[in-house]
Amino acid sequence: MSDVRQHADDIHDQFSDHIDVSVDDVEDRLSTLVDEYKVPMDEARRSVTNHYLEEAGLEREDISSGSSEHVNVEDVDEPEQWIDLTAKVIELWDPRSDSVAQVGLLGDPTGTIKFTKWAKSDLPSLEEGGVYELRNVVTDEYQGRYSVKLNSTTVIEELEEEIEVGDDTSEVEGALVDMQSGSGLIKRCPVEGCTRVLQNGRCSEHGEVEGEFDLRIKAVVDDGIDAHEVIFDKEATEELTGLSLEEAKEMAMDALDTTIVADEIADDIVGTYYRIEGPTFGRYVLADDVSELDGPADAEQLLIKARSM
Amino acid sequence: MSGAELTREVARRVFASEFNDSTYAFKESDDERAPNYALLPTGDRANRVFVVGTLTETEDVGEESEYWRGRVVDPTGTFFVYAGQYQPEAAAALRDTEPPAYAAVVGKPRTYETDDGTVNVSLRPESIAIVDEATRDRWVVETAERTLERVEAFEEWEAEQEPPESGSTAPTNEYAKMARERYDSPVVNYRNDVIQALESIEGTQNPEPTT
Repeated sequence: MSDVRQHADDIHDQFSDHIDVSVDDVEDRLSTLVDEYKVPMDEARRSVTNHYLEEAGLEREDISSGSSEHVNVEDVDEPEQWIDLTAKVIELWDPRSDSVAQVGLLGDPTGTIKFTKWAKSDLPSLEEGGVYELRNVVTDEYQGRYSVKLNSTTVIEELEEEIEVGDDTSEVEGALVDMQSGSGLIKRCPVEGCTRVLQNGRCSEHGEVEGEFDLRIKAVVDDGIDAHEVIFDKEATEELTGLSLEEAKEMAMDALDTTIVADEIADDIVGTYYRIEGPTFGRYVLADDVSELDGPADAEQLLIKARSM
Repeated sequence: MSGAELTREVARRVFASEFNDSTYAFKESDDERAPNYALLPTGDRANRVFVVGTLTETEDVGEESEYWRGRVVDPTGTFFVYAGQYQPEAAAALRDTEPPAYAAVVGKPRTYETDDGTVNVSLRPESIAIVDEATRDRWVVETAERTLERVEAFEEWEAEQEPPESGSTAPTNEYAKMARERYDSPVVNYRNDVIQALESIEGTQNPEPTT
């Protein structure tokens, strides 16, 4: 089916309950705009839709969005579904391949989801921070994580409204490949509401202060496809390492050195596989629920696949 | 996230046989601080890798200062890990570990040319951790999966290449293209290595958790 035909079908579906119109008629109108006048597809679609709205005496809200259903981000739980989303572009990432025009993170009040826009779809650019109505995107799944793909039939409409992006829980599974500086036994600024981590006894805001000890880990969990930065707060660190803040302080006191705590923790966790769940905060995942992946790995399924390739 | 911001390089999963064949190194830009990549023959780039295998031998091969070489063996071959004064933690791990032991190494691929002109690939570690057998097995399965994904993508791309006129609609796979230009060995070899690696751990795994 050609692109024009596909769009004509969509529009026809939207109006078939309201007015007597044939798909051919819709297609003619679309192709006049697209093929003769070289109007971009999303603009043509908008114009043709408006034409029928007027003809039917309807408002935009009165019509269904056709074959795709308007859903919230958190409702995406099946691959290959055609859906509509109203979402904000939270982040744009660097595409890894020439076939991808844009890749990044979308969010709505219910959560966040990755999106990919193919170069060959020739769609307008999304901007970071922009809110869009995205009609006819298709869902995808990879290792239990969902994403949406913008394709040549997708209609993008920029909205003026602002939307709140919800706190989203994400799940990360992979090897802990690095523990970053600022991990272990740290000191925080005691000024109320500050809590900045001190560097050599100094707060970047309040200068030299008597810091308060805390435990935390900043780590990278990597599955060979993406590297995720994960933060473990005091509770999560104590649970992960079995080391309490008091014990960590004693350890540092005995060694006359706080870095021993980070060294001990690193020895314990680097190179180990974990599954981590928690809310995302900027580029970090805050570790709420952590489990070590120490069960047997399943080689059999993969062996069947490898032999059949 | 702006394009200028440095994003952390992913640690690729690659078996020793493929790693040691990754002799072509390149940068994506002329900037002297641009990251170095090794070109994997299955069609991807690797600035960093994560490997788990058996550390079978360690030796201080340094002349003036300590320079440790470790051999880390997986089901398909051997990674050569070198750590000197600029990798003090990794060097200490090689010095202090009594082989054999399962080791997890995060590091960067490095190539060097020997006197007879052959290019060797080694691993410069960022960290070396001693791990257990379950972690090794998990790594083998994960690396098998990632390798198969690359082989699959490579073969899909290759199938789209002929006849050449149809190339316009073919998905681009920049690194597969580069690999075909740079390397001779067919990707099916790496699929065979995957099978060999999986067979080596299948059946040896104890379904009961070992303590």
